[in-house]
Amino acid sequence: MKSCLVVDDSRVIRKVARRILENLAFETEEAEDGLVALARCRKQMPDAVLLDWNMPVLTGIEFLRQLRREPGGERPVVVFCTTENDVDHISEAIRAGADEYMMKPFDSEILQSKFIEAGLI
Amino acid sequence: MASIADADFAYIVREIRARTGLAIDTSKAHVVESKIAPIARREGLLSVQELASTVSARREDRLIEAIADALIDKETQFFRDRSPFAYFRRTMAPELLSRRPEGQRLRIWSAGCSTGQEAFSLAMTGEDMKADGKHIEIEIVATDISTAVLEKARSGVYNQFDVQRGLPIRSLIQHFEKIGDLWRVNDRVRARVKFEKRNLLADPSSLGQFDIIFCRNVLSSLEPATAERVLDNICDRLAPDGYIVFGAHELIESSRITQATIHGGVYTFDNDVPAGAQAA
Repeated sequence: MKSCLVVDDSRVIRKVARRILENLAFETEEAEDGLVALARCRKQMPDAVLLDWNMPVLTGIEFLRQLRREPGGERPVVVFCTTENDVDHISEAIRAGADEYMMKPFDSEILQSKFIEAGLI
Repeated sequence: MASIADADFAYIVREIRARTGLAIDTSKAHVVESKIAPIARREGLLSVQELASTVSARREDRLIEAIADALIDKETQFFRDRSPFAYFRRTMAPELLSRRPEGQRLRIWSAGCSTGQEAFSLAMTGEDMKADGKHIEIEIVATDISTAVLEKARSGVYNQFDVQRGLPIRSLIQHFEKIGDLWRVNDRVRARVKFEKRNLLADPSSLGQFDIIFCRNVLSSLEPATAERVLDNICDRLAPDGYIVFGAHELIESSRITQATIHGGVYTFDNDVPAGAQAA
């Protein structure tokens, strides 16, 4: 079973994502900001990270840059999941090492499609 | 809910079949009714019954066409089923190009193109191959019977939901521009595709010959006898060493194509092809 860390400051989004991911047979964990997510990753790297952009304490893009510098931090497949939907944000995410990028609002079909693109399914 | 009168329903089914070859399950009048209800509203009619009786009494082309349009399956997405596009890039295109005179364009027909995602996916793949240093020029002719879908296809404009189904994010950034909340296929990719309104029941010989034909999830929506005729017409347009691609889950039988699926819905054409010219 693959593991996915859901990083979002909205409990509702985390719950929705979790339900979809569990239907896709992912074992999920949650983090409410980038710093908590980083601590989780240091303990154990997940196979995938579903990542919000705007969060308190440590944003998604800051988390991603730090993650990629961690030992083993190149391994998790990172899929952004954010309301930021302009070309600049998407390009910045790709440059920082994101594998895929999902624009909110999303549904299970879009999430599945993006996870297929990212080679997770 | 009252149903469409039998005679009116029979008339509509007959007309749609004659014009499009579309298979309509006559036991499912309620499905037809729900699909054409928006037309009744648009026409200011009180019900689908009234629409049906109006159509059958006035025999107006415009209304019949609108009904046909509503009944046709328009489902499509970028890189639908994925594997035919990977196979196009890895095998079909390089192989065909190696057999063509240098600089010759590969001609591709997207038959039943709906809102254009299939044609643009092929055009994007061609552009990506060029960016990888391959010498490839492709020309895509994309046809559909529905005016409404062609209008959207020609605009090349898709919403956020459309561009998140099947399209890798790098392709979105590479080949689209953002306009407000929508995304438009860029000029370079759009220039590879020519959209044309066409009924597959009509003789397609004026389209010329194609190296590859994508005709996915079309034949299985037609009456069997019509599907056979359409397939015959399509095969006439295919180069002797060309490829024909059907829907991943369509089972197509014809003496004119090899029976073995070589990859997903990809079939080779078996019209006097030298044995060595076929893909393994």
